[in-house]
Amino acid sequence: MAKFKNHVLVCGGTGCRASQGEEIVQNLNQVIEENGIEQDVQVVRTGCFGFCEKGPVVKMVPDNTFYVQVTPDDATEIVKEHLVKGRKVERLLYTDPETKERVSESKDMGFYKKQIRIALRNCGFINPENIDEYIARDGYAALGKALTEMKPEEVIKEILDSGLRGRGGGGFPTGLKWELTRKVDADQKYVVCNADEGDPGAFMDRSILEGDPHAVLEAMAINGFCTGASIGLIYIRAEYPLAISRLKIAIEQAREYGLLGKDILGTGFDFDVEMRYGAGAFVCGEETSLIHSMEGLRGEPTVKPPFPSESGYKGKPTNVNNVETYANIPVILLEGAKWFSSIGTDKSKGTKVFALAGKVNNVGLIEVPMGTTLREVIFDIGGGIKDGKGFKAVQTGGPSGGCLTEKHLDIPIDYDNLLACGSMMGSGGMIVMDEDDCMVSMAKFYLDFTVEESCGKCAPCRIGNKRLYEMLDKITEGKGTDEDLGHLRNLSNVIKDTSLCGLGQTSPNPVLSTMENFWDEYVAHVKDDKCPAGQCKSLMQYVIVEDKCVGCTLCSRVCPVDCIVGDKKAPHVITQDICIKCGACYDKCKFGAISIQ
Amino acid sequence: MADIKLPAAKVEELKEVCKKFNNEPGELINVLHAAQELFGYLPAEVQEVVANEMNVSVAHVYGVVTFYSFFSMIPKGEHPISICMGTACYVRGAEKVLDEFKRHLDVKVGETTEDGKFSISCLRCVGACGLAPVVTVGEKVYGRIAPEDVKGILAEYM
Amino acid sequence: MEIVQLTIDNKKVVVEKGTTILEAAKSIGVDIPTLCYMKLHDTNFENKPGGCRVCVVEVEGRRNLAPSCKSTCEEGMKINTHSVRVVNARRTVMELILSDHPFECLVCAKSGDCELQSLAQNLGIREVKYQGEKNKYKSDESPAIIREMEKCIMCRRCETACNDVQTVGVLSAINRGFESVVAPAFEMDLDHSTCTFCGQCVAVCPTGALTERDSSSKVMDAIVDPNKTVIVNTAPAVRAALGEEFGMDAGTLVTGKMVSALRKLGFDHVFDTDFAADLTIMEEGTELLGRLGKHLAGDKDVKLPILTSCCPGWVNFFEHQFPDMLDIPSTAKSPQQMFGAIAKTYFADQLEKKREDVVVVSVMPCLAKKYECSRDEFKVDGDPDVNLSISTRELAQMIRNANLNFEALEDDDFDQPMGESTGAAVIFGTTGGVIEAAVRTAYEVHTKKTLERLDFEELRGMEGIRSATIDFDGLPINIGIAHGLGNARKLLEDIKAGKSEFHAIEIMACPGGCIGGGGQPYHHGDVEILKKRQRAIYEEDKGKILRKSHENPFIQKLYKEFLGEPCGEKSHELLHTHYYDKKKKIEI
Repeated sequence: MAKFKNHVLVCGGTGCRASQGEEIVQNLNQVIEENGIEQDVQVVRTGCFGFCEKGPVVKMVPDNTFYVQVTPDDATEIVKEHLVKGRKVERLLYTDPETKERVSESKDMGFYKKQIRIALRNCGFINPENIDEYIARDGYAALGKALTEMKPEEVIKEILDSGLRGRGGGGFPTGLKWELTRKVDADQKYVVCNADEGDPGAFMDRSILEGDPHAVLEAMAINGFCTGASIGLIYIRAEYPLAISRLKIAIEQAREYGLLGKDILGTGFDFDVEMRYGAGAFVCGEETSLIHSMEGLRGEPTVKPPFPSESGYKGKPTNVNNVETYANIPVILLEGAKWFSSIGTDKSKGTKVFALAGKVNNVGLIEVPMGTTLREVIFDIGGGIKDGKGFKAVQTGGPSGGCLTEKHLDIPIDYDNLLACGSMMGSGGMIVMDEDDCMVSMAKFYLDFTVEESCGKCAPCRIGNKRLYEMLDKITEGKGTDEDLGHLRNLSNVIKDTSLCGLGQTSPNPVLSTMENFWDEYVAHVKDDKCPAGQCKSLMQYVIVEDKCVGCTLCSRVCPVDCIVGDKKAPHVITQDICIKCGACYDKCKFGAISIQ
Repeated sequence: MADIKLPAAKVEELKEVCKKFNNEPGELINVLHAAQELFGYLPAEVQEVVANEMNVSVAHVYGVVTFYSFFSMIPKGEHPISICMGTACYVRGAEKVLDEFKRHLDVKVGETTEDGKFSISCLRCVGACGLAPVVTVGEKVYGRIAPEDVKGILAEYM
Repeated sequence: MEIVQLTIDNKKVVVEKGTTILEAAKSIGVDIPTLCYMKLHDTNFENKPGGCRVCVVEVEGRRNLAPSCKSTCEEGMKINTHSVRVVNARRTVMELILSDHPFECLVCAKSGDCELQSLAQNLGIREVKYQGEKNKYKSDESPAIIREMEKCIMCRRCETACNDVQTVGVLSAINRGFESVVAPAFEMDLDHSTCTFCGQCVAVCPTGALTERDSSSKVMDAIVDPNKTVIVNTAPAVRAALGEEFGMDAGTLVTGKMVSALRKLGFDHVFDTDFAADLTIMEEGTELLGRLGKHLAGDKDVKLPILTSCCPGWVNFFEHQFPDMLDIPSTAKSPQQMFGAIAKTYFADQLEKKREDVVVVSVMPCLAKKYECSRDEFKVDGDPDVNLSISTRELAQMIRNANLNFEALEDDDFDQPMGESTGAAVIFGTTGGVIEAAVRTAYEVHTKKTLERLDFEELRGMEGIRSATIDFDGLPINIGIAHGLGNARKLLEDIKAGKSEFHAIEIMACPGGCIGGGGQPYHHGDVEILKKRQRAIYEEDKGKILRKSHENPFIQKLYKEFLGEPCGEKSHELLHTHYYDKKKKIEI
């Protein structure tokens, strides 16, 4: 990157691209050319910066000025002011919500202060479509070290010593998993990258693949070297077109540079990578399902054992790791197991990437050391709850996880702690909920997802989750009974206990954890016919408070079914029979004149 | 038994696709992706051709097609609308937005309007959680959508 | 042999490594209930998707319950098969399955023979706590098989039978989650698919989801019609299995009682399909010798091996899957259709009846025969040679409806002339039997010598593919045998590749041959039942005075009075058929 005096890094993650990120790049280039400084400045499309809430993000290098919520029209000012005149564009800087001061550099922002970026180390720093930029940041050095200086056993020992555990959710020690595959004798073995990130609300893996595809390729090659596999397969969601295209480019470049293919770095080691596409099935995140899907079959899981390490893809030993796990590998080899294991808690080492979303001020992609508390994540990094509402719960682990509450906020996040509180690490989705979120509805939302995504192979998951959903639906409709509450619990436990794969074994967690932490809310739905959060339509109605209504008619205009009547400047009335409880009036009323009963 | 009628040129192209994957049954999903790209959807006839070329049973192909939500046997609308129902979008009101689309177009999720103009589908997380709730129409992404924006979005394509 | 030691319900067990917990438990008398699991030793059938979760057990130290059918024993395991946790889980899972199953037991075709029903009974399910939406599927009524998939519990046995054993590939699991079910492509009716109607899916279905089309009431309608003469004929495998429907041991021969029952049911003439089997041997054997002779004489146009064609499931199979090899199978019709052809000509003439007034009913171990008799080429001016084909099970139901105490019935004999048969015809009911019968006749016809040894042990057995070389007095004849269509496929692929060295091959669609047909009493996974039926068949053969088809005096008379000579002009017209290319064409 040395050739140019200045670099303008524009976030090229899916989120920012959706907010006209491409146009920003085009406009920047155009204005730079108009000003004749194209020899000095290079515009780089990078991977995700993480701060999606404030996207699109543009970062100026070398002075690290961090512009937020940039529009294509801002290009002229950025070029003319910042690049030509050397003056920061104040209005595009981030404003600290507490101090109301402008913050120029990311390191001074609350969102970034507590983060340590290992898996995301290159996201937002390099052009993911240029292998040279990856190499400039020590890329492929770990592969070189492994191939030329180490034996497979030594590499595995390093990973084992680092304490790295699978980042896909289960938390199985990665080194051990590699060792199991290495030990098996076979004419052909495979390593697989599980990039079938199906957890709704999670986009860690996609961001890594979009922002730093070579890190994954390098780690896969290292895995191949350790386990004795010559072919690597990336199983990726077809819904991730950008990640797919960047991976394809990366694979081509790596082949050109002799970092994939035959006789890598002249060491005699052969390894190449192929792509396999998912087609929209959450269950394919489960490794046996994933393997069947790669074999052109329905993505149904099979009973383990046998584990893929003995019999996987095409019946051969197969080592499946998640994207984020891979992203950690090169750093561990370069910095050493000791360094890595110095970060984190006793049993969970290193960092974890979370997709922080929901009712939190700073939605985005974050990476924190294991052991960071939920409070730090939600309030320090996430900037607290949106619109000044009260915190209610945080959901981790997606459809397999649980809802944690106020009392869990100070527990250090790691695999074992989350499990002990009835949730799990999962792949890293973290959804924050406020006082307006009904926990029964939340459980129903996840069950709806599970019912849709269950493969149907085993009876408890196929039918049991459907029945759970139906009971939850009944409760949110105000038709639940005491008996249902008992049935919910027994059924949840049996589904967990008897389901064939991880999907069913964890799918009742959202029900069990909300029952555990928000029992009163269930009781309120069943016994008092009330939804305390006011979210369940059947149990609430919107009412106009007469003395607060000024008759501005805004509500009546926004109502999609025209059920609000009233004269101008006179209190309005909602016709309950027609109201579809969409809440549009509630959201629009400036006078707080609409209440939920 | 009904015989199959498909445009000859496209069938040849489809056969080429199968051949590109060595007619290898393990590549079925990759082939179906390519076939859906080619035809826009996967009608029965296309599945018959694929089964025939790859030497697997049609039932198997159909079993795979109906397993994965990405594959569709119904042609999508001219402007396919996708509402993100990932958790982040859900908690920021995606369901209300979806209801609004359904109400305006009078179709259910997975269906196409009678005039073939719009189809509605749900997807799980496009990864633009910062923009939640998110709706895509064709390639275009709409962020921070409220139910009252729906009318306006549809109007752009009327 | 590596050994592992474990405890099941506090009992020490020593088993070979690789044994499943289910098998290990069984070895000490602990019967863990199963539902989707089914394993038929000696055939390729093994179904253990681990999907129903009824067979779960508690393994100490494991977080979740383990499916005993899929989990192998490990050293030092401590297993509890009936803890409170296990029993509650098992019952809850069962309730879930029942919550998506129609409560139509009282009127279901499978009632009393349903594995789901008996399991619910065993587990003592008295209420279904978890109620909710049930799946709805359209029912599919083909000429042979009825699919009522609302009763499907996704055990996947039919899928295994259709794909792995038979390699027919009509069925697949479709959809996902709660909506998933097993169906043909595009949920088309079986009739429009490449289904062979072998009925092996029906034979293994634990519930009433797959059953045969019941024609028994139509049979009764014909019997009570004063204008109709109703002729019945019974296939060889029926007599070796019918008794099971009345609580008799598998392998009990009930030929005499069956004839007695048929007569009491009101059939005008009770004949034996075996008569037609003897006739088949005359035709097929002659065809074999003819082709062989030409082949030996160097005629390059003659195709060998010759394949038997008695099995309609098998005929459907090669018409759909090997349409380029239609000239290899014998052109001889199946015994059922030969019977019908003779009954409606020769015998109708004797009765001085018009063919339309004669109703031919066949009792078959087979569901494909239902389809076969509906084929257009087996009709004359719209009147089928065989009007109705019912299964062994349907006959049993008719006997029950008539309040007959089957076990107490006196033995009776078939009517003549079409009730006479030889031992060679009886063994048509088992794999290897047709070719053995053919050898007995072909040998004597070819060598003009008397065959001393009639029991060809080398052709018998249960192995899926068998072969033997029989010495035709200096001429070695290579014989191949396959049962189960998957095995048949292998032999066909060899022929296609020019690798086959057989002169003649016998193929039966169902594992075990007709004794394991889709219309037989349900074996519920007990493969020993098939072996007992097989033994019964060979026993009946042994007991016969005449054991070679060409020695059947009524067959001799038939040729003399009516047909002329085997493979002659009249035979060709009545007893031979041709095959159709049924592969779907892709039109552009």
